[in-house]
Amino acid sequence: MAKIIGGLTTSHIPAIGNAMYSKLEQEPYWKRFFDGYEPVKAWLDEMQPDLAIVVYNDHGLNFFLNQVPTFALGCADSYQNDDEGWGIPASADVKGDAELSWHIAETMIRDEFDITTCQEMKVDHGFMVPMNLFWRDKPTTNWPKAIPLAVNTVQHPLTSAKRCYDLGKSLRKAIDSYPEDMKVVVIGTGGLSHQLQGERAGIIDVDFDLECMDKIINEPSWMTGLSNDYIMEKAGTEGIEVIMWMVMRGALNDKVNVLHKHYHAPISNTGAGVLLLTDAE
Amino acid sequence: MAWRQHDYDEIPGTYVFDGKRSHSGYALNRMAFSFNSEANRQEFAADMDAYCRKYGLSDEQREAVLNGEFLKLLQMGGNIYYLAKIAVFHGMTVQDAGAAFHGITTDEFKQILLNNASGFEERLKQEGGFWHG
Repeated sequence: MAKIIGGLTTSHIPAIGNAMYSKLEQEPYWKRFFDGYEPVKAWLDEMQPDLAIVVYNDHGLNFFLNQVPTFALGCADSYQNDDEGWGIPASADVKGDAELSWHIAETMIRDEFDITTCQEMKVDHGFMVPMNLFWRDKPTTNWPKAIPLAVNTVQHPLTSAKRCYDLGKSLRKAIDSYPEDMKVVVIGTGGLSHQLQGERAGIIDVDFDLECMDKIINEPSWMTGLSNDYIMEKAGTEGIEVIMWMVMRGALNDKVNVLHKHYHAPISNTGAGVLLLTDAE
Repeated sequence: MAWRQHDYDEIPGTYVFDGKRSHSGYALNRMAFSFNSEANRQEFAADMDAYCRKYGLSDEQREAVLNGEFLKLLQMGGNIYYLAKIAVFHGMTVQDAGAAFHGITTDEFKQILLNNASGFEERLKQEGGFWHG
């Protein structure tokens, strides 16, 4: 049977992609941030997951504002990165797993999450930055397969932390009921506090970020009780992305082990958190 | 007919990108989306004014694009992720745009970010359980 072996979180901002592309990992500004991923990479090396579910938002590559699905699941054999308008060469394709995708889609829709299924799906930095952060030391041919799960955090009205958490529970049900032996990790991406826009641009709220990390681990019901207005007021309009971490959290048991916890700020405009969680038995 | 009011409208210095803004900024954001293609970027760079007209921007939006006035573009319905695709043509990053929203230099903006995060390592020690290298 398939099994979720762990939940990961990370920021996904383009500046991190630029830094990796320009090989700035050892520069003083970046070193502490990138070093914080090494224990997760070592764990992934040891555990060798077969597939990653990447929960992210599209920022205007696959989806334009003409059609904005709240939840969109990739259901293809492979996913393509492409030009986002600022000239970084596109990454190699990432292999998918269409059979598992459709199994997840059937489970979620039966659970009354009316997701959009995508048989063609370009994946932007929201997806590629996390994949690169965790696996860039390996040739892409040795990367795990991946399934993109896009959540609209760009054009309001947005879904909620609670809805994301509940979707994670449905995702868990889908993986647990998939007959193939397969080790799966779920990656919640985005956040933490940042606001890119307006005269309020530049806010970083360390206290709120650390509270979110603690509550996501120990008391997810605190997060699911927060309104989007409250999160935006504390963490900024782009900090709302933290709701996507709740999909990962919903896919794990009520009690979890914390194998790794890392925070750094600022990275570009952002507070950046890393978690590696596993089910507590 | 009226646009619905929201509590988030009260957050200062913030332009939550909702239906009202997306509706008013549709042509602007649609033009920015076209910059995912190199051929379109070249066409825009060759004649920005004509390209804006082709995409049906309002006169105010077109002027703000040509002048690189990002706060105005935000106020006229530009989405920050789409404005980032326009900022490239003005040699600007998202951090430069952040500074422009405040009317300060990018170095001053970066200092605000550092100030906002200052002392975070002490906070991590108080909190406990964080990786420190």
